[in-house]
Amino acid sequence: MCLTCGCGDEENIRVTTLDPRAAEDGPSGPADHGHGHAHGHGHGHGHDHPDGHTHDHDAVGPDGLGEAAHTETLVLSERILAKNDRLAEHNRNWLRERNIPAVNLMSSPGSGKTSLLERTIAELTGTREVCVIEGDQETLFDAERIRTAGARAVQVNTGAGCHLDAPMVRDAIGALAPSEGSLLFIENVGNLVCPALFDVGEQVKVVVISVTEGDDKPLKYPHMFTAADLVVVNKTDLLPYVDFDIAKLHQQARSLKPDVEIIALSVRHGDNLDAWYAWLHAL
Amino acid sequence: MAITQSVVDMVVDRTAGRRVASVQLQVGKLAGVVADAMRFCFELATSGTVLEGARLEIEETPGRAACRACRDEFDVADLVLLCPCGSADVRIVAGRELLVTSVQMVEEPCA
Repeated sequence: MCLTCGCGDEENIRVTTLDPRAAEDGPSGPADHGHGHAHGHGHGHGHDHPDGHTHDHDAVGPDGLGEAAHTETLVLSERILAKNDRLAEHNRNWLRERNIPAVNLMSSPGSGKTSLLERTIAELTGTREVCVIEGDQETLFDAERIRTAGARAVQVNTGAGCHLDAPMVRDAIGALAPSEGSLLFIENVGNLVCPALFDVGEQVKVVVISVTEGDDKPLKYPHMFTAADLVVVNKTDLLPYVDFDIAKLHQQARSLKPDVEIIALSVRHGDNLDAWYAWLHAL
Repeated sequence: MAITQSVVDMVVDRTAGRRVASVQLQVGKLAGVVADAMRFCFELATSGTVLEGARLEIEETPGRAACRACRDEFDVADLVLLCPCGSADVRIVAGRELLVTSVQMVEEPCA
């Protein structure tokens, strides 16, 4: 939960398609026509007190309402993120029906998510189509890098927002129109906090950490590392120059999630990328 | 802010234009959301809605975990899940709640 960045300012969200083909296709993504009314709890206006309503005729003077007022209690017991999670499930089903594995890539800014994708796209060219949803607060830089690498991409600019959510990803999938059997990467906004809370409909969550960030990140950002299916440790070519203990990283990550998979690699040098490709292949 | 906005959106959706006196939430200690941050955001997020001026009441529920090895249940303060018996084969049974439990709407005169 961020106080400073004011995430969730919907007016500033922009989805930009960087592939002309996708734009011509028109949106064919997982359109959701429910618009948050999926539960259909029609609480009648006719005052017939359906289940969940109770009257409280004790005079209660709620702060700020000026005078004592009778109140009526509506019992909801509903998850705060229920609307996001419904849409995420909708995205997940849409992708599953088309045999499109979706990988939600999360990390701090600068860990090498986009570089990992560039290298992965180059490796998979000719074997499997790769599509990318790029999330950043501003600029089209990353989507342009992905397109240059040879894959189709849409850029979601979240404005003040610090994470992608399910509606943004639904719109991005609609603009991208990934083909059946392709591999979809969702590169989240660089942030180890808020993206952990928002299901976007991915199949797997991958957290990328680079050795320059410190080996104590898992316990500093436990929600992110608890959510991860895979932790990728990048920039291992820099290990001789930094105090990063891979064993400590393993121990911390597994204290949060005992069965988490961990792959240490160097995008720049190509070390151990085969383990990453094998992991992707198994999706 | 996005979480608090979700609360406001849900309540606006369910209260059919009625004025809201208070909102009750349950926020688990392990849910990854800071209750004080929600309180801070609530006034901003409710401004200009039927919730404007409403009270936000947050029940913070403690983390509990169950050990698969010794079958004991114990309190957990963070996400490092280690049973006092030494086993890490532990699952969270409470503390991840992020719920709107109820809403008090201002009653209009019966027709």
